[in-house]
Amino acid sequence: MATKAFQRTYTQLQAITKATVTLNARGVSNDELATVNGRLAQVVKTKGDSVTLQVFSGTEGVPTNAEVSFHGAPPTLRVSEQLSGRFFNAYGRPIDGGPEVEGEEREVGGPSVNPFKRRQPSQLIPTGIAGIDLNNTLVSGQKIPFFADPDQPYNQVMADVALRADVDKIILGGMGLSNDDYLFFRHAFESAGALDKIVSFVNTTEEPPVERLLIPDMALAAAEYFAVDKNEKVLVLLTDMTLYADALSIVSNRMDQIPSKDSMPGSLYSDLAKIYEKAVQLPDGGSITIIAVTTLNDGDITHAIPDNTGYITEGQLFLRADPDSGKVIVDPFRSLSRLKQLVQGKKTREDHSQVMNAGVRLYADAQNAKTKLENGFDLSDYDLRCLDYAKEYATRILSIDVNITIEQMLDTAWEIFAKYFSPAETGIRQALVDKYWKA
Amino acid sequence: MSTKGKVTGIVSNLVTVAVDGPVAENELCYINLGGTQLLAEVIKVTGDKVSVQVFESTRGLKNGDSVEFLGKMLEATLGPGLLSGIYDGLQNNLTTMTGVFLKRGEYTDPLDRTALWEFTPIAQPGDKVVAADWLGEVKEGWLPHKIMVPFAFQGEFTVKEIVPAGSYTVDQTIAVLTDKDGEDVPVTMTQKWPVKVAIKGFKEKPRPRKIMETGVRVIDTFNPIAEGGTGFIPGPFGCGKTVLQHAIAKQGDADVIVMAACGERANEVVEIFTEFPELVDPHTGRKLMERTTIICNTSNMPVAAREASVYTAMTICEYYRAMGLKCLLLADSTSRWAQALREMSNRMEELPGQDAFPVDLSAIISNFYARAGMVVLNNGQTGAVTFIGTVSPAGGNLKEPVTESTKKAARCFYALEQNRADQKRYPAVNPIDSYSKYLEYPEIQEFLQEKIDKQWVEKVLRAKNLVRRGREMADQINILGDDGVPMSYHEAFWKSELIDFAFLQQDAFDAVDALCPLERQEYILDLILGICDKQFEFDNFEQCRSFFKELINTLRQMNYSEFRSPQFNQYEQQLRNQLS
Repeated sequence: MATKAFQRTYTQLQAITKATVTLNARGVSNDELATVNGRLAQVVKTKGDSVTLQVFSGTEGVPTNAEVSFHGAPPTLRVSEQLSGRFFNAYGRPIDGGPEVEGEEREVGGPSVNPFKRRQPSQLIPTGIAGIDLNNTLVSGQKIPFFADPDQPYNQVMADVALRADVDKIILGGMGLSNDDYLFFRHAFESAGALDKIVSFVNTTEEPPVERLLIPDMALAAAEYFAVDKNEKVLVLLTDMTLYADALSIVSNRMDQIPSKDSMPGSLYSDLAKIYEKAVQLPDGGSITIIAVTTLNDGDITHAIPDNTGYITEGQLFLRADPDSGKVIVDPFRSLSRLKQLVQGKKTREDHSQVMNAGVRLYADAQNAKTKLENGFDLSDYDLRCLDYAKEYATRILSIDVNITIEQMLDTAWEIFAKYFSPAETGIRQALVDKYWKA
Repeated sequence: MSTKGKVTGIVSNLVTVAVDGPVAENELCYINLGGTQLLAEVIKVTGDKVSVQVFESTRGLKNGDSVEFLGKMLEATLGPGLLSGIYDGLQNNLTTMTGVFLKRGEYTDPLDRTALWEFTPIAQPGDKVVAADWLGEVKEGWLPHKIMVPFAFQGEFTVKEIVPAGSYTVDQTIAVLTDKDGEDVPVTMTQKWPVKVAIKGFKEKPRPRKIMETGVRVIDTFNPIAEGGTGFIPGPFGCGKTVLQHAIAKQGDADVIVMAACGERANEVVEIFTEFPELVDPHTGRKLMERTTIICNTSNMPVAAREASVYTAMTICEYYRAMGLKCLLLADSTSRWAQALREMSNRMEELPGQDAFPVDLSAIISNFYARAGMVVLNNGQTGAVTFIGTVSPAGGNLKEPVTESTKKAARCFYALEQNRADQKRYPAVNPIDSYSKYLEYPEIQEFLQEKIDKQWVEKVLRAKNLVRRGREMADQINILGDDGVPMSYHEAFWKSELIDFAFLQQDAFDAVDALCPLERQEYILDLILGICDKQFEFDNFEQCRSFFKELINTLRQMNYSEFRSPQFNQYEQQLRNQLS
């Protein structure tokens, strides 16, 4: 950022850590930006005249006589229709070779929507993936992460979901994306011909980790511009939030804060909530939906990052490899969309929720049968039918490569039920059985 | 002259201030940020350096900015008009704020100062009164809202004047009281009370003697909560904590319900104020919103106000309790409040306790739960505050400080179980680990015997035992295999499944099944225990399984049918045919 004439400049640092510098300065305001030897930094602590700055790109090579100038304002983003189709770095500067965006300069990480002014989310977001649409229906204004091990194809699934979803804008916030994944997204968006409705803010693994902390705020500031000012339906993709949280813990560690569970900062819940709660259905029709990725360590959802995330988001989509069908499936037990009942049976067919519950219950019975099999016990006739059912259910419903309408999903489910079970075994309400059972 | 100060340090929402005069612990102050007043609360004093937690974002605040202390603690404004209100944690009225986004420093009045209330006097001139005695009454919608002698008044007063029946605003004087020194004090319909101090003004706080119906079978029958009792619902995310709490809010038998959404999802609050104005209170036929007040400090709202939100909610409950009403306070979730305490403690660089929580966490929680209870008022009438909090244990592990501290304080424990939730067995309340201490109270046992059935408590214990036995049998079957155990093991297991599927599980989204009144609970439990008392003869375990699955299916169809409707009776007949 260019140095302006009125900026105050200091040249004496008191302390340097890997992520922060401390100096004596006056008249500094909390959260304001500064430049340390040309690197962007932000005020995180003041104590008397001593000011601590978080340096986004790290402090390697910063000398004690580094030139520090304060900008007098927190991080901002220039917003206008010109954002569409562009790729930016964590500071909101173009990385696609295009010109700077002209528009109104807005603070990022701004205030929350008054809960009373929110509307109840009620618009279905179909994705074609039955493991999502049938069992874990998404709704606009929702916030939901994929929980996946690093070897799962979460970025591909997310790109599929984004491109199939009926939205006006897609905003990608990439944190610690590998260069390959960055190029994958770019290619996927370009080849879908959807580039003009996509805005991307990307921090790759080649860039310093602390810079990532700016990505969600930048992406959501752009989202708020389109949702609030333009009344558009905006879908925000955030990947990978685990790397974002890791960056938070680096900074809090350098500031000598006492860590809580899993060496994460004690404020992790509030920090994540500030991001996810930007998801909103606005009174004038605009909405922000957030789909994120939280990578797990060997499926462990009790780690502080997925755990806190799960308490904030409206459900989670759990990807895992299913050995029986040989597919990557949306796990029906650990996945959940908390808003699904707002659309199931209301925007979809009346049998939706009962079919969903029966399908999952029978799949659970199949897991019990599998346990029995593994323990070397004889299987009953019912157990055997359950196992066959589970394989077909996983292949035709749960697999992430399914792409059909919700009506087709329901019909498929009824068809599979009838193939393996009696109506009573499904426990579905009689009136629905009478209407939909495929004898 | 009020105390003034200057900002000397800022870390997130913890601000240190150098002061020029006396300050009190928990005293409020305004920090002036370029003309915007940010409310903050004193949490620590060291010499002339005061640490305050700011209830707003501190972005843009500078060292040297001026601070003015207010000489009072955080107070709730009490008076007619609170019911159906939607407030933030500091009791700002969210419905009268302008703009889509919350603005820093925008504080709105909790009460409508211009509304006229139909006042009817209760006290007469010459009456001797003390704090919390009833002076008059206004109709707040359907609710007889008592206007009381302010709780802060100490000693005995004589009513000098009281206005005749008529329309008044909350700020008009409705009575003049004379204290023992002959000093006259005017009284209006509104008063203030510091939220962190419990409202007294009652004669005694006896043990609870009634149960509060919730329409949820696993609570009312298996682990009933008392009117004026305390309970908590811990559970990992995705186990249905919020759905269960909303079910209790919709169906709980209480006059006034205060819901404190503390550090949770904003969309959950949206659900309440979208649905509650439409949904009908099953006990009175009125709209649910007419008995509900919402205090919401969602997870993205300023952290410091989370703590305030539960205290504000409790104070409003205590206020209505003093009118002789049954109040229910639901707080979701108390873990967020504990985390807010942790964040502040951490910023103040205090020595941490377990999991970096402050060491006095346990004391703070039990003090708060102690504010619930049934009370006998000075005039002999009774009121109650029932409190149910949810706890969100990190990683779903109940061995963590918030769950452990709450377990010491609350009398009912509704443990939500990941395993049950995975199998979609909702509500996922673990029938064995959960408990209600109230079932052991002789007063409550007597109440249940009178209200439901002489043998009720024995029946409940028998059903619990059947479930426990079924679990043991399931373990044996898993170890030894279907063929490796006697047929009686299968039968015992399926009897427990029958109780589980037909009684413990309940569909919160089904119009009929969601609400099960005690009378119906009794009927179904008798029916099921009748089946469990029978000894069956099966040739093989397959036959046993399909027999019970058919019974379960029929009983579930009954649960989905209106009680004693032709459809219900038809399924019951079908059940009898299956049994014979």
